[in-house]
Parts: sequence; structure tokens; C-alpha cells
Amino acid sequence: MAKIVVITSGKGGVGKTTSSAAISMGLALRGHKTVVIDFDIGLRNLDIIMNCERRVVFDFVNVIQGDATLNQALIKDKRCDNLHILPASQTRDKEALTKEGVKKILDDLAEQFEYIICDSPAGIEQGAQMALYYADEAVVVTNPEVSSVRDSDRILGILQSKSHRAENGQPPVREHLLVTRFDPTRVARGDMLNIEDIEDILAIPLLGVIPESQSVLNASNKGMPVVLDEKSDAGQAYLDTVARFLGEDKPHRFLEAQRRGFLKRVFGG
Amino acid sequence: MALFNWFKDKEPRSADVAKERLKVIVAHERSQRNAPDYLPALQQDIMAVIRKYVEIDQDQLQVDLNEEGNYSVLEVNVNLPK
Repeated sequence: MAKIVVITSGKGGVGKTTSSAAISMGLALRGHKTVVIDFDIGLRNLDIIMNCERRVVFDFVNVIQGDATLNQALIKDKRCDNLHILPASQTRDKEALTKEGVKKILDDLAEQFEYIICDSPAGIEQGAQMALYYADEAVVVTNPEVSSVRDSDRILGILQSKSHRAENGQPPVREHLLVTRFDPTRVARGDMLNIEDIEDILAIPLLGVIPESQSVLNASNKGMPVVLDEKSDAGQAYLDTVARFLGEDKPHRFLEAQRRGFLKRVFGG
Repeated sequence: MALFNWFKDKEPRSADVAKERLKVIVAHERSQRNAPDYLPALQQDIMAVIRKYVEIDQDQLQVDLNEEGNYSVLEVNVNLPK
């Protein structure tokens, strides 16, 4: 049985696409056949984060409307054979997605893949609702910041009332909290919400904490999912996140501020 | 200057303020989530009736619907000015 996982947040700019790229690559590196779908119709961006923007011929909407087959639209990742990308349309609008059309594609993908990762657009409108509608599990990406936490709670409400599972009285969508852009130094100063506060307010289990890191921008500049930068703190945090998602027991890292050594404090750097 | 700041009264840490504000708004929004669609209109009407007699602000009226087993309780709280 393929598992459908939505990466969602409500708020924009918190790291949904970065997380979708990292988690799907992480699952593929662990040997699982994975496809990642860009649901942001009209504003496709997963392709450029995954470095396949020049290989897009057909897209999600072309397949829904029968203008291309699924295999024509799927792009195989050059770094990992287990990973495929289904890009969003750049020219259509959100209304091009219908529940029936999305279901047909997910059913077809389920025959080939173990994990179907749905990269949700921001907001709570049709595009975002389509991305989460058929989900079995949801990764709610949250920044330690008031508007992001509030929007995450809105999205949780939608998962609990408007998903296919909710509407059909099935077991609920399994929810996971992924905190991104976490800065332990600012938490120590009392300028940033800590992990316990966010868990306390949203009341869903914590899957991972990704530290604020230069390596995320560096990775996106190069079109490389950050998990491929194994030396980076963010890359390691995402790999841990994937391991936990697969059921492993990994302690959370990067939660404490790094003490700057005496020489660094004197000479900078 | 850092030495002088040390002795000043400490302001509450902004993260603590954030947490308190979030707790309030999230609890409020969750209670509205399953509320019937007519609740905002009902609240407006109650507001209009009260304002016929005494001028109050929007945030001095709270209307909540709480489920208690197989019936619901409509709770109306009005803070009147002295």
C-alpha cells in the first residue's frame, strides 16, 4: 500500500518545498520508491529546488486532462533512481485540479511508488485542500513564530474536518509537527518560541526540528535537496526526520545553542 | 552600558508574550471551528440590542457555544462600563 503524505503549513515561506524535496530525497536514499508532486498550480517551484526545471515537458494538469500520460510527465531524479518528480503546471490555475482527477493520478502512482509526497501550496484554498484531501499522513511545517503557529492550527482543523478520511469516517490523518528555521540562540535569549511551547499549543507529535542554517539557501541555489549535503546541520536534521518518519527512535539534535569559544568571541568568525 | 541595563527592570521576554497570545487565539479559533454558521450574525444582533441601551466595545461581548453531552449551552458574557 502506497502512503500519501502531504507537506503543508497554511502560511507561505516556512519551508514546505524545501522540506518536500529533503524528505522525498531522504526516503528515496533509504531505498523507498518515492514520487513528489508539486500541487502549487501556477507557481511551480519544486522543479527548481530539485534542479529539474529544464527537464519539464508535461505537468500534473496535462495528465489530469489527458493530454499526456503519467510516465511522460514524471521526471526521474538524476541523483537517485528511486525518486521521481511530478511538476505543477505553470500556466493553469488552481481550479484545474479536481478531486476526481487527483484521485485517478494518486491511484496510478500508488501502483508504482511506496511514498507519494504532496507539496502543498500556501493558503487554505482549493490548491491546499486538494493537496491534503487524500493524505494518510501530514507533515505540518511550522516556524517558531506566531503567524506560522496560528496558521498551522488552522490547517490541522482542515485536516480533521475536510480531508477524505475525515469526511468518510475513516481513521484520522496522522499528523506530524516539523519545526523549521529554529534558532536555539534566539530561544536562549527569550526572543523565540521554544519547541515545548509549539508542541504544547499545536498538540501534535514532534517529527523533527530543522535549525536555521546557511546550508538551506546554499542547497536551493544549487538545486540540491539539502539532505545531499550530509555535513550540514540542516541536512542531518532532515535525515533524522526521515528516519523517525520510518519508525526509528532518534533523539532530536540541534536544540541547544552552540557555545562560541573564547578565541572566536575575541577574533570573530 | 550593558552594566546599567543589568539593573533595569526586565521586560517580559517576547517569546513568553508570543506563547500567551497564541494560546488565547488558538483556543478561541478552535472553539469557533465547529460552531454553527449563524453564530457571528447572532453575536452582531445581540451587540445591536445591547447598544440600544448602553455603549460597549466589540471585545466586551463574548458569545460562545459549548457542547455538553447531547445539548449545547450558549454562553453570553457582557462587560458593562461603570
